[in-house]
Amino acid sequence: MTATERIALALVWVLAIAAALFLMAPLLVTVAVSFGSSAVFTLPPPAWSTRWYERLWASRDLWPAVWTSLRVACLATALALVLGTLCAIAVVRGRFPGREALVTFLISPLMLPGLVVGIAMLQGFRAAGLRDVGVSLLIAHGVITLPYVVRTVVAALSLFDFTLIDAARTLGLSYPAAILRVLVPGLAPAFLTSGLFAFLASMDNYPISIFFTDAWTKTLPIQMLQYVEERPDPTVAAISALLILLAVAVLILGGRLVGLRRLAEV
Amino acid sequence: MTAPAAPVAGPVPARWPLLRPDPVALLALPAFAYLAAAYGWPLLVLLARSLSGPQGISLAPLAQFLSDPFSWRVIGNTVRTALLVTLVCLLAGYPAAVALARARGWGQALLLLSVILPLSVGVVVKAYAWQIVLRRDGIVSQALVGTGIWDAPQRLLFTETGLVIGAANVFLPFMILPIYAVIRLIDPRLPEAAATLGASPLRRFLTVTLPLTLPGIVSGVAFVFSLAVSMYVVPSLVIGDRYQTLATLTGRAFLFMRDEQLGSTTAVILLAVAVAVVVGSTALARRLGGGGHA
Repeated sequence: MTATERIALALVWVLAIAAALFLMAPLLVTVAVSFGSSAVFTLPPPAWSTRWYERLWASRDLWPAVWTSLRVACLATALALVLGTLCAIAVVRGRFPGREALVTFLISPLMLPGLVVGIAMLQGFRAAGLRDVGVSLLIAHGVITLPYVVRTVVAALSLFDFTLIDAARTLGLSYPAAILRVLVPGLAPAFLTSGLFAFLASMDNYPISIFFTDAWTKTLPIQMLQYVEERPDPTVAAISALLILLAVAVLILGGRLVGLRRLAEV
Repeated sequence: MTAPAAPVAGPVPARWPLLRPDPVALLALPAFAYLAAAYGWPLLVLLARSLSGPQGISLAPLAQFLSDPFSWRVIGNTVRTALLVTLVCLLAGYPAAVALARARGWGQALLLLSVILPLSVGVVVKAYAWQIVLRRDGIVSQALVGTGIWDAPQRLLFTETGLVIGAANVFLPFMILPIYAVIRLIDPRLPEAAATLGASPLRRFLTVTLPLTLPGIVSGVAFVFSLAVSMYVVPSLVIGDRYQTLATLTGRAFLFMRDEQLGSTTAVILLAVAVAVVVGSTALARRLGGGGHA
């Protein structure tokens, strides 16, 4: 390795570490502020305290939003896993025209501006006479979560060796038993990664949820932004730190079960 | 032994595939029906509404929007900010992707984690953090005064520079991951072969590595640009109402101004930009010979 190459390589590493720190900066700042005693976001904080967590615990606005978001995210992810897996089987195993177009259509909500999708759904649901905010919110979040499942499960199924099922049947398993004991374990990593990312996408969504809220039904990101505008104190930093913890937990779970590198492919 | 072959009752080639559907295809029906009703149809209605006047199809709302100088300022803001964000992400993301592909063991795990963890945290959390960081007494200002680059503390919050920094931070993983995915597939013997043939490191990079990573760059740029054009949360928190982009104007038109005509028009412009970027970048990435991700 020549000297120029060594310098170039060192430069790449310095830039990469700088990029990594830049990426992590908002998360580190949020956690630091949430444990600080200062109400005006002084960094580094003059003293450490848990007062913002105590205030968060006593908050009457944020917890209902947490439950709304968790409920919607779980239901929308479950819906997407069922519909998305059935559709993926049809696309990979079926013989019908337009399969590629179908996949593109099902993934397209991820590629279009969330705000535009939200507005379209708002007007569409209104025209269809759907007034219930909770139901609208769930249907809208199903549109957000479905692409993650379709994309990942179609990719996993295309790599799955279906002769394994024939082999299992030759060895005496019934068809449903072969599906359950061969196909489902084979797809488990795909279910897991797509489910986790779909769940996080639903939990974090702002631009679509904003059109399906009212005074009683608010998702967490909506309520957080409203709280920041009304009371600018670090209580939102405390709930943000808990959301970061949730993301860390999800990644540890996913990393343990399928490996971190595979998560990067989603 | 063998009986005369009976007429084979094998699969008859279907003459009308759509009339005699493959039963497996029916499994796609629930997901398709769901998305068509909840998303496809509303999008068509939105398109139809923004392109229809009192007398059928008309471009009048669009023409009216484009005749207003304010609209052009909004479009200028949107495009300029998105281009700056994309440029910052490309410059910061390319070396990071190269390092990610070369790293092994713990170094790779840490780099990968610092890309995926921020990606898994919601945009509201990150935009809120940038609101804290970019204040006059925030750490960026403190650091720049401390190192003597600035004479006095300044506020980056509510400036375009602050917006570009915050947005680049939020969208950087969408640049790093597609480039990383392509670099990982490059045969390491290719640059080595170029070296054996006497190419200098710079020439090797420009003539071997860079062209091979172009499909990744195209998808990354397309991802980040379309995200930056339509971002809504970051500008709301980091720059505020004085600075309008097409996305913030669309949101305001619906949520505060109750001007659905204006909102539908800007929404359809955003939609057209997004579709153009996706279609254009996919075609370009395919032509460059890699599997495009966008």
